Amino acid sequence: MNIYYILQSLIDGLLIGGVYSLVAIGLTLIFGVMRIVNFAHGALMMLGMYTTYWAFNLLHIDPYLSILICVPVLFIIGAAFQKFLITPILDAPEHNQLLLTLGVSLFLENLAVFLWSPNYRVTRTSYEFAYLYIGDLSISLQRVLAFLTAMVVTGIVYFLLSKTDLGKAIRAASEEPRGALLMGINVRRIYWITFGIGAACAGVAGSATAPFFPVYPTVGGIFVITAFMVVVLGGMGSVLGAFAGGLIIGLADAVGGMIFPGAMKSIISFILFILILLFKPTGLFGSKN
Amino acid sequence: MLDINKIDVCYGEIQVLRQVSLKIQEGQVVSLLGSNGSGKTTTVNSISGVLPLTQGTIEFMGEDITKVEPHVRVGKGLVQIPEGRCVFPSLTVKENLEMGSYLKGAKAFRRESLDLVMTLFPILRERTGQRAGTLSGGEQQMLAIARGLMSKPKLLILDEPSLGLAPILVEDIFKSVLRIKSEGVTILLVEQNVPQALGISDYAYVLEEGSVGLSGPGKDLLNNAHIKKLYLGL
Ligand SMILES: Nc1ncnc2c1ncn2[C@@H]1O[C@H](COP(=O)(O)OP(=O)(O)O)[C@@H](O)[C@H]1O
Ligand SMILES: [Mg+2]
Repeated sequence: MNIYYILQSLIDGLLIGGVYSLVAIGLTLIFGVMRIVNFAHGALMMLGMYTTYWAFNLLHIDPYLSILICVPVLFIIGAAFQKFLITPILDAPEHNQLLLTLGVSLFLENLAVFLWSPNYRVTRTSYEFAYLYIGDLSISLQRVLAFLTAMVVTGIVYFLLSKTDLGKAIRAASEEPRGALLMGINVRRIYWITFGIGAACAGVAGSATAPFFPVYPTVGGIFVITAFMVVVLGGMGSVLGAFAGGLIIGLADAVGGMIFPGAMKSIISFILFILILLFKPTGLFGSKN
Repeated sequence: MLDINKIDVCYGEIQVLRQVSLKIQEGQVVSLLGSNGSGKTTTVNSISGVLPLTQGTIEFMGEDITKVEPHVRVGKGLVQIPEGRCVFPSLTVKENLEMGSYLKGAKAFRRESLDLVMTLFPILRERTGQRAGTLSGGEQQMLAIARGLMSKPKLLILDEPSLGLAPILVEDIFKSVLRIKSEGVTILLVEQNVPQALGISDYAYVLEEGSVGLSGPGKDLLNNAHIKKLYLGL
């Protein structure tokens, strides 16, 4: 094992970690604002991947350009999900919402099987084998683009939440829904906007990974299990935590991959995850409750 | 300005308000008094719309708002500062105030409103960048009132603003109520500090077990034998 191999693995881990961050940010946003664990998040990412796949194959739109289609499509799907399915049972016990997101997840996955078959589909770009070379290191251009996409979207979400009135209203509604309502903030509207943003993040993550990951109906699960770990690691509801957590898990997987054989590469991530649960259950950036 | 007409409110099976009626004239300070559990918060929550009525109507500025959603009422100038303040703890003082002027109408006046509330509560100017959750109880109450003022209210409802504050701060809060009145805002003040509240009120209602018991001009109630016995310990 030489230094180049180590560096190469770490860079690959960091790059894919950026995608985990993006998936986790959508998840943590939805959880932080509505207290809903969105089991359909993986299915939403899958829809993003298919959107990109079809845009590429039917309309010859570059995967990274198809993000511009994916964002509004997934925003509308997410917003409609919240508005028409979750809002009516907002006052029901929390497990009902869990079951609902689980049900929607199963529905979307089966719909994908029905519409597009369970086959693996691959998006082949012309720059599929393009690499950037730094010394002896070679970095896949697509993975760099995926990472940059994730970083840009993360930055946009962060800016939105911290600097705009809409973002402040989202934070306000997440902390004190009643206080927000009494300030004239339409909290239910904030909820569907937030779900829309979260779904769009999942969709973008799907678009960004489609060029180097096969698309099939249950593909989202792979990323979302990791994203759940990232959310807990970073602190439930913390966007900054999800961002940092994604990169950390990406790196931890890379280290794991160097030490342990294939399927066991996540062992370091799991150990980190358990340590956090034991010693800082609120996560790295989490606060109260 | 506000006309509450024989409202009933229930929590599930339990009826808490019975045939409550009250009127508020523009430009006045009106108090809603009563012992703990008499239904004051329930009444003002129905006025702001966070609790539905089972009977009766509410009119604001000549319009029936009984079925209007709470956030829409804010836009009409009916603003409640809830019991327990409900400031946004992780938002800064400035961000909390900005959220007070979230709606378009109020947003157009954001800068002037900020100036006004900072003049009314100078302590907030020193605390602009601080997270609201780190403020003292009194400062949080001032922030909650200031945030309400940012919405450019025509009627401001304060639910026990003096709750849990040291006497000197209670004094401050009552003074600021009068200053807000002088800005042309009508005020509905819920209080358990009966003598102080009556002292600054043009009119007052006393709730007893979910119904209006006494009502009358503040000064009259101060001299009322029943009030003296029940709330002033005389
Ligand atoms: N969310 C609720 N569910 C059930 N009962 C309630 C609720 N809130 C208040 N009550 C009851 O309604 C009555 C009036 O309460 P409230 O309006 O808060 O009184 P006040 O503000 O005058 O102290 C009390 O008996 C209280 O126990
Ligand atoms: Mg009360």
